[in-house]
Order: sequence, then structure tokens, then C-alpha cells
Amino acid sequence: MSEVVIIDSGGANLASLQFALERLGARASVSSDTAQIAGAPRVILPGVGSARDAMQRLRALDLIERLPRLEQPVLGICLGMQLLYGLSAEGATPCLGVLPGTVERLASQPGLPVPHMGWNQLALTARDPLLEGVHSGDYVYFVHSYAAPVAEMTLATTRYGIDVTAVVRRGNFWGTQFHPERSGRTGAAILGNFLRVS
Amino acid sequence: MVGDILELAARYRDDGADELVFYDITASPEARSVDRAWVRRVARGLDIPFCVAGGIRSVADAEEVLNAGAEKVSINSPALADPDLIDRLSARFGAQCVVVGIDSQTVPGGHRAFELAGDPGRTRDSGRDTLQWVAEVQDRGAGEIVLNCMASDGVRRGYDIEQLRAVRAACRVPLVASGGAGSAVHFRDVFQQAGVDAALAASVFHTGAIVVHELKRELRDAGIEVRPWP
Repeated sequence: MSEVVIIDSGGANLASLQFALERLGARASVSSDTAQIAGAPRVILPGVGSARDAMQRLRALDLIERLPRLEQPVLGICLGMQLLYGLSAEGATPCLGVLPGTVERLASQPGLPVPHMGWNQLALTARDPLLEGVHSGDYVYFVHSYAAPVAEMTLATTRYGIDVTAVVRRGNFWGTQFHPERSGRTGAAILGNFLRVS
Repeated sequence: MVGDILELAARYRDDGADELVFYDITASPEARSVDRAWVRRVARGLDIPFCVAGGIRSVADAEEVLNAGAEKVSINSPALADPDLIDRLSARFGAQCVVVGIDSQTVPGGHRAFELAGDPGRTRDSGRDTLQWVAEVQDRGAGEIVLNCMASDGVRRGYDIEQLRAVRAACRVPLVASGGAGSAVHFRDVFQQAGVDAALAASVFHTGAIVVHELKRELRDAGIEVRPWP
């Protein structure tokens, strides 16, 4: 049975992620224990709330230095993906720096309210084990006000006025801007793939 | 009752519903809040977003509901009684978790937000102009607005396009239309004519008068982008 530790990043709503992993047959626990997180076979960094609060929380957990050095598969979801970048424009917050670049605020435009909340289509830009069985045009569920620009490490994009990073990877670190735990079958496929990547 | 809800939720999910909203509409009139245990049971089985509404009056109430697995909380009467609740929820959880529901009644010269609409005997005019309230809740940090047009609610003659257009013009966050759906054409019209981000309905789905995947096919054929049904 796959085992995953979800970092208790302080935001509410970790239950839906935990339930989604359990539906896939994984054993998922929520932890704020630094040693348990560091020793987990797989780690998920979730995140709801502001970048500043989340980084303070990671600092309190003594994970600022340790998290970027983890060698097991790590998946950042939503804000958790944004925290993998160098900087977030949300409160000009320095983040973990696993990925280069700055997370910027989405520009509100007529017909494109911010936060961007809803189902949107993926466009795959690279092949990756995390996206096995996932296709361009598949819909996933987004809830965000900030987004990462499209760059070399982007695996999939989504268009909300502009193209932004929907899935990213650097080495053993993956990130999804959307919520796979709330994205129906496509999301379940991605979480299932994460349980298998190495 | 909870069993019925779980079954219903799974059926809608399988039929292509994009999001589910669970309203415990008598919670506020009965001075209680929604049961966390069933929120948890819903979350355990559901892999699409869902929002929970009903008597959420504090950050602690909202935290429990979100921790139980809801994606968002929706507040209505408690926000009218304590508008600062919106600020507190938004600061704590982020705007994306905070939906403000507005029961809007048409009155001479405009529209007013009504309180306790879940209890026909006690519902009353809050004294707040709907458009002003829409502006205020956004300033306070609402991430989404559900506008339920009371005059059309339950009548199944279509959404209140005129009112929704007026609110759309004042609303920079996602706007969900509620109240009045009776046919697929009503959904098409509210998307095309009022520019809402989503349309909500209850009774037409519960009775089977409208089937989600058939509705989505009609909307797609009308040129409206919809997420494909399974």
C-alpha cells in the first residue's frame, strides 16, 4: 500500500485530499512532525490561504531548509505548488526556491473574474509519468488568484486570459496549480500516478 | 436522509454536475449550523467540488466544515447580521473559500437582500439594497456570489435575467445564478444574456425534469463551453 504524508500546512480542508488518496487505496496521514515528513515515502504540500501565512507555517515546522532537500517524490498542490517557486508576488513573499521564477497575480479581465474558480482545460506541453493517461483538453478544477508563468519546467498549461503553468516538475518535485482531489477522474488519475512515480 | 443525499450526490457527479451545493436552509432560522458528520461523509465519497451552506456564523464553524472536506462555505443570513464575518473568513481561509449567498427580492424601485429566506414565516427585508450589498461583500472579501432571485425561485419560468445582468455589471468575482430554472433554455439564456459564471438549480434536477448530461449537451450545442459529461 502506498503511503503519503500530507504536510499540515495550516490551511483547512486537508480532509478532501486525504479522502481522495484513500479512495486510491493509499494510506494518507496529515502531519506537522518534521521527522515524519522527512522520512515519508511520498510527501504532499497542500495549501489554502496566503503565501505569507503558509511560509510562516513551514518556518515554524522547520521545513524551509529541509523541504527543498527532500529526495522522495513531493507534490505541491495549488498554493503548495506556488510555494515551490522562488518568490510569490502575494505579499512579495520569498518561497522555497525549488523552481526558478515568480508567481504573479492573475489579472482580472471582463469575463475572467479573479479568483479563477472552476473547471478548466489542460494543454500538455511535455510527457511525464505524472500525466500518464491524461490528455490535452481534459478538465481539472482550479481555485486560485495567483499563477506561475509558463517556463521550461512546465508540463501542462491552462489558459485563463493568458497561459499559465498548470503542472510543473523539477526532479522529484511536482506541482499542480489545480486541485486533483476535486478534479473527478482526471484528478484521480494524476494522484494515482503520483503514488507510482519514483 | 443522509443516505439519500450521498446517493443523490454520486448520481449528479456521475451525470456530469460540475459542483454541488448543500444547503441546510433551515439551519439559520433554527439557530443551529450544518451537521459536520454528513459533510465528512459527503467528502469521503465525492471527487468534485462542493459547497456547504447553513448557519455558519463564525470562523470556528467554517473551519469545522472546511476541515470536514467542503471546498467552500456559503454564508447568507449570518453575513447580513454580522458583515464583518465575511472579512474574518476571507482573512483566515482566503476569498476562494468564501461564498456569499444573497436572497434578493424585487421591491418597488430595486432589489433588496432578504434574511432568513429558508423560513417563509420569518423571512424579512434586511434593509440592504442588493447592488450595494453585492459591492460591499466583495470589498469585504467574498470570493463568489450566489444570487438567488426570490421572485423567480420555484416558479420555473427562467432566471431573472434583468436583475442578474445588473448584478453582473457590479460583480468582479464569480457570479452564480439561482432561482427560476425550468428548462434547458433557461440555462442557455442566463449564460448568454446575463453572463453568469455558473447556474444553480435544485428542484428541476431532483424531480428529473432536467438531466444534467442532457442539459450539458444542449448548452454545448448552443455554443456554450461546458465540461464534458462522463
